[in-house]
Amino acid sequence: MTDVSVPQTTRADWTSDQEPRWCPGCGDYSVLSAMQLLMPTLGVRRENTVFISGIGCAARFPYYMNTYGMHGIHGRAPALATGLAVSRPDLDVWVIGGDGDMLSIGGNHLLHALRRNVKLKILLFNNQIYGLTKGQLSPTSEVGKVTKSTPMGSVDEPFNPVSVALGAEATFVARTHDMDRGHMQEMFRRAWEHDGAAFVEIYQNCNVFNDGAFAAITKKDKRKSMLIDLEHGMPIRFGDNNERGVMMGADGQLRIVDVDDVGVGNIIVHDERADTPTLAFALSRLAAGPFLPTPVGVYRAVESPEYAEQVSRQIAFSQEISGPGDLDALLRSRTLWEVS
Amino acid sequence: MTDTAIRTSRPDVQELDRLVVRFAGDSGDGMQLTGDRFSNASAVMGNDLATMPDFPAEIRAPAGTLHGVSAFQVQVSSEDISTPGDAPNVLVAMNPAALRSELHRLEVGGTIIINSDSFNERNLDKAGYEANPLEDGTLDRYTAYRVPMTSLTKEVCKDLGVKPRDAERSKNFFALGVVSWMFGRPTAPTLEWINVKFGRRPKVVAANTAAFNAGHAFGETTEMFHSTYRVPAAKLPPGTYTSVNGNTALAWGLLAASQQAKLPLFLASYPITPASDILHELSGRKNFGVRTFQAEDEIAAVCSAVGASFGGHIGVTTTSGPGVALKSEAIGLALSLEVPLVVIDIQRGGPSTGLPTKTEASDLNLALYGRHGEAPLPVVASYSPTQCFFAAIEAVRIALKYRTPVVLLSDGYLGNGSEPWRIPRSEDLPDISVEFATAESLLNGSGDSSVRPYRRDPETLARPWIVPGTPGLMHRIGGLEKEDGTGNISYDPDNHELMTRLRAEKVERVAKDIPPTMLDSDGLADLLMLTWGSTWGAVTSAVKRVRAAGGKVDHAHLTHLNPLPIDLEPILRSYAKVYLPEMNMGQLAMLLRGRFLIDVHSVSKVQGVPFTAGEIADLINGALND
Ligand code: SF4
Repeated sequence: MTDVSVPQTTRADWTSDQEPRWCPGCGDYSVLSAMQLLMPTLGVRRENTVFISGIGCAARFPYYMNTYGMHGIHGRAPALATGLAVSRPDLDVWVIGGDGDMLSIGGNHLLHALRRNVKLKILLFNNQIYGLTKGQLSPTSEVGKVTKSTPMGSVDEPFNPVSVALGAEATFVARTHDMDRGHMQEMFRRAWEHDGAAFVEIYQNCNVFNDGAFAAITKKDKRKSMLIDLEHGMPIRFGDNNERGVMMGADGQLRIVDVDDVGVGNIIVHDERADTPTLAFALSRLAAGPFLPTPVGVYRAVESPEYAEQVSRQIAFSQEISGPGDLDALLRSRTLWEVS
Repeated sequence: MTDTAIRTSRPDVQELDRLVVRFAGDSGDGMQLTGDRFSNASAVMGNDLATMPDFPAEIRAPAGTLHGVSAFQVQVSSEDISTPGDAPNVLVAMNPAALRSELHRLEVGGTIIINSDSFNERNLDKAGYEANPLEDGTLDRYTAYRVPMTSLTKEVCKDLGVKPRDAERSKNFFALGVVSWMFGRPTAPTLEWINVKFGRRPKVVAANTAAFNAGHAFGETTEMFHSTYRVPAAKLPPGTYTSVNGNTALAWGLLAASQQAKLPLFLASYPITPASDILHELSGRKNFGVRTFQAEDEIAAVCSAVGASFGGHIGVTTTSGPGVALKSEAIGLALSLEVPLVVIDIQRGGPSTGLPTKTEASDLNLALYGRHGEAPLPVVASYSPTQCFFAAIEAVRIALKYRTPVVLLSDGYLGNGSEPWRIPRSEDLPDISVEFATAESLLNGSGDSSVRPYRRDPETLARPWIVPGTPGLMHRIGGLEKEDGTGNISYDPDNHELMTRLRAEKVERVAKDIPPTMLDSDGLADLLMLTWGSTWGAVTSAVKRVRAAGGKVDHAHLTHLNPLPIDLEPILRSYAKVYLPEMNMGQLAMLLRGRFLIDVHSVSKVQGVPFTAGEIADLINGALND
């Protein structure tokens, strides 16, 4: 909800006095700009906005936002943020982390923040590599990846972050990429509007250790043919001339087809509010990696009771039926006897 | 053989100063509950008492086996006591396994009350008895009463419409009835409790009531028992009393701290023995505004507490040793962020999974040093079940005032043990409230509009507590080293040394703000018994005993392990001998020897059970004759 009493701000108001320290050309810069430019349009107060991060390149993000911020420890940002969001539901809490931070060392916390539906806006900067520690395999690196820690190529099957989030009962799941500010802002805005845990995967280029990991789909001239824009209530189509689409085969599997071959009526219509995450999950499996046509946008956005609100409601209910806590009465609530 | 002749003469009544009863049976026999009820009835009579549950780690160990034995010991006394007693005077044994595993503790000549129905071949076999101990002379040195509790209980339940299987489960109330009669405990509190506790299941109320009454009547009407006993009321300070165990007292202490700090409590925990009861108790107290959060793991528990503290709540996490080990990195974060945090460790036997249901005090080093880097923090320890209430308030007070993590050490023995408590009034509790920073308070007069989140209070060295939502004070902090004052990331060598020293100095300054060493001295002794934690109880009792016999010994006790009270060193130096019993391999002794170059004599016990007063008395007598 936009609060009209909030003073008008500009990007400068949301920019801290700290110089960003990412490598020149890093995708993190464009995410930061997108956020700093989006904030004045949300009608929120800086003092009510908090960015919490773990460890990694992306985790420096809070230092550059002129809001409240905490740079935590590796993997624990969702847990730190959960404590804040549950105790202070009046705040907007954003969680920032990379693929190693949130899917490897902190994977557990991400899963549980999502399934509890704590009102957090979780941005996962996926660059498919460990940047800050200078180039080791990450849990999203592709099989066969040669890195400093996998000189013969990795034998680890990667995570698909959108699939993981959907599997963890997330109520809002989206994917965007660092080459399209408008799209990022749209996804961040949707995440901000969501009343619950919102998960946004950002394909983010690490130009030092994994340059071009997403270029096959995010380069300007590739986007139309390689990015499948998900729009609620619309047939899932893409291509330079919208000539391709996603269809469900008789075997229940999703396939990319030529629209003309099957007829537009056979192209599935995107439903981000579907009761079950089945279709969203199938869409998340459509591309084996960011080199095949890949859906971006909001995969899933459903309403479900928000965690902190339910916690507050239980407190209110308990105060209603038992009255506000009375310490003296509590200390006298068991068997008593007098000694005179 | 059971003697069920109807009584024709009254038993003689003997008066005792103190009595130690141990209830033992199978895990499923309800011994904890039975012991607890006996204790409660004794408390209501005005006895002082102390209890010690002793149960197996398995939830449902195979019935009838030795490792499935669950026991509960209570000492009731007409004097002020501080331990659950050494050797029991009375043992209630519900099955052969209980007899076998507990008999060795009983004093020679002590009384055994046995459920004779359970001494069948199968159970004897499971307990590893080749011959029936009821018949082979094993019990000759004791006064043994064989009571067919199971069959008598089934008998009285027959007409209540209770199935025999269910009726059998009430046999612990039969046992309680017998013991209540024998020791002249009032019946009303137990009967009332049965009604309240099982009120929704009328058949269970009927069966338990019938069994309890039948047990009581059995004592009264049969001629089996030669004497009954009375333990007169203790002369305790006047007031209203209740009985609580350490974990409940600790949970209530946290609620009290929240009230006295005028800040909401956020408790985040992961289930772990023996600390989970604190989470249970507080999760039922939501009307106090407490937010309880069962986290996905120990690390999430401490991290969410740090997040809540960052937001201006009292962030607390409760756990035991293995959990503290996991929380170590996040405690370091709180220390670096300089936000309040209370970490409560209900210690158990370690290392690793160790002895989850047995007590130990071996996490002192973990509390003091268990973090990477130079990371000192205040450590507070409780020393009796009801002191856990005040220790919790003290831990919160220090955490809030100095914006630091504090470790509060309790242990399984204190957590599960209970004692009478003269209830304090909340108006007598200290005000521990602190102020959040505002733009006016932080920036005022500085002529500088930049937020300095590490601008310290010159007296306490605490930094301001700036909570999100405060206009004009937006700032970013983290676990990277910060420049003092501004809080900006700094890799400057001199600044790192300065910050390291400031963080240490801040903790040291707490010493000016804590009570002096608890010293019980008659001014004539050369020997000082020094304690911390629950060892206080056994040493207090032992010192009394030795003094009563003319021995000269003093007792000093530490409630704060870091920083140590300023008067400790001169106290230690004024004695020829200092003995320090610890339920670890000498962790505090090592520290004191290193810190003060004083020859503190370490006495260790790591058996999963506390020191007994007898052991300590022998130790003192040995030291005096040395
Ligand atoms: S290492 Fe990669 S991710 Fe990290 S700042 Fe440099 S370019 Fe960005």
